[in-house]
Amino acid sequence: MRVVVVAMIAAFAGATAAGAEERPVELKPGPGLDKVEGHCGACHSLDYIPMNSPFLNAAGWNAEVTKMVKAFGAPIGAADAKAIVDYLATNYGP
Amino acid sequence: MMTRRRLLEGAGIAFAGSALGQSPVATHAASVALSPGVPAGLGGAAAMETLPGKKPLIKLSYRPPNYESPLDYFDTPITPNDRFYVRYHLSDIPSIDAKTYKIAVGGDGANGQAEITFDELKKFPAYEVVAVNQCSGNRRGLSKPHVPGVQWGYGAMGCARWKGARLKDLLDRVGLKKEAIEIAFNGADGPAFDKTPDFVKSLPLWKAIDESTLVAYEMNGEPLPHFNGYPARLIVPGWTGTYWMKHLVAINALTRPQGGFWMNPAYRIPLGEFPIVARFISQETATTTPITETVVNSLITSHVDDAQVAVGEVMVRGLAWDGGYGIRTVEASTDGGQSWAAATLGEDLGRYAFRPWSFALPAKPGKNTVMVNATNKIGQTQTAALLFNPAGYHNNVTQSVTLHAA
Repeated sequence: MRVVVVAMIAAFAGATAAGAEERPVELKPGPGLDKVEGHCGACHSLDYIPMNSPFLNAAGWNAEVTKMVKAFGAPIGAADAKAIVDYLATNYGP
Repeated sequence: MMTRRRLLEGAGIAFAGSALGQSPVATHAASVALSPGVPAGLGGAAAMETLPGKKPLIKLSYRPPNYESPLDYFDTPITPNDRFYVRYHLSDIPSIDAKTYKIAVGGDGANGQAEITFDELKKFPAYEVVAVNQCSGNRRGLSKPHVPGVQWGYGAMGCARWKGARLKDLLDRVGLKKEAIEIAFNGADGPAFDKTPDFVKSLPLWKAIDESTLVAYEMNGEPLPHFNGYPARLIVPGWTGTYWMKHLVAINALTRPQGGFWMNPAYRIPLGEFPIVARFISQETATTTPITETVVNSLITSHVDDAQVAVGEVMVRGLAWDGGYGIRTVEASTDGGQSWAAATLGEDLGRYAFRPWSFALPAKPGKNTVMVNATNKIGQTQTAALLFNPAGYHNNVTQSVTLHAA
């Protein structure tokens, strides 16, 4: 436990300087939103999604999710990836 | 893995406010003046936000932090540190103590290895250069059609007086083998998730040992702001911001080209599409090349499109810059580009700096359109039509604003 606490304090210092000011980004409600918040939000803030809208269609969003998995190593299974693409194309497509 | 990171990010808010004594972030959601032509969805994502040590900037993304400078921060050719834009690829950004900070110098293209402390860095002969740092993706948001990425408007750039040691002098500390072809750089920032590629970049040897390429520890006479690379960052005058490694902790001489996502496929332009002089030959493929120098460009800073002005003489002001050849002329047109008149150039802070200019517009009642075009000292000019590329780089389309006079 003690080790955990020390590690967390060290990480807090980083988070403070880096982006502790992050405010929640509310995305449109819809099926798959939980997958988007869980997977996408783990590595980056969710403002990337409305920022890149509404010009990406289903193929465009699919390419972005594929990039996150293949180039950035995001551990997203095929089923969740499909749910994420469907959510993005439905709610943040043209 | 990711759950740990999220937990820390969430809990960090309370910790920051109490233990570190930082005041809560100020929000200025009232008005975000976005550049014309950015994606409609950006309106719901961008906000004026104040990072520690900064004036309000246009927040495009919180994590990693990407914040651009609003237009009214460009009314001087030197951008103040607290108004300078912020750009990160990865979100694990440590606070660094200069007392324990070190830069490791080595690599298979070096004869030896060295560790350079912050105090030692400041003992090297110091040099200064005034230089524009412009994100490769500046104006990506204006691309037609839009392309994915951070949707920067006009403000992912700034110009500062940088002071530091020559990179060449640091490399001399270890000595280079004759087989060395590139110098690679890493910063202290890392990914939120360990499978994400770390942000590592390289320069061709010729650019790395250029006398203007510095490891800077001062920006406009002050220590670097945390969000601009404290305590030391690379300064690569004339080249886009991707090479200006922040929080520099490793310098490696290489006998083979640097690999990795951030060298290829990221930060690439189609080979031959742009009039680029500075080449990075060891990284070129049959179809693409790394982005290198900044293309010649200008920005009207005194007025936004559709501004109201008084009839009579209106001073239109702005900035021009390029990849380090220097600005020769800035011209303005009030007849849709049929005829051009020279603007007056302002203070010359060096060939890598923003060059201010001004143009006296004889505003007639009604609509007045002003177009501006900069030309550098090797004869390059801005383009009339966008040279589209998939990453939205090098947008130097001639700007046009309409002023309504009454």
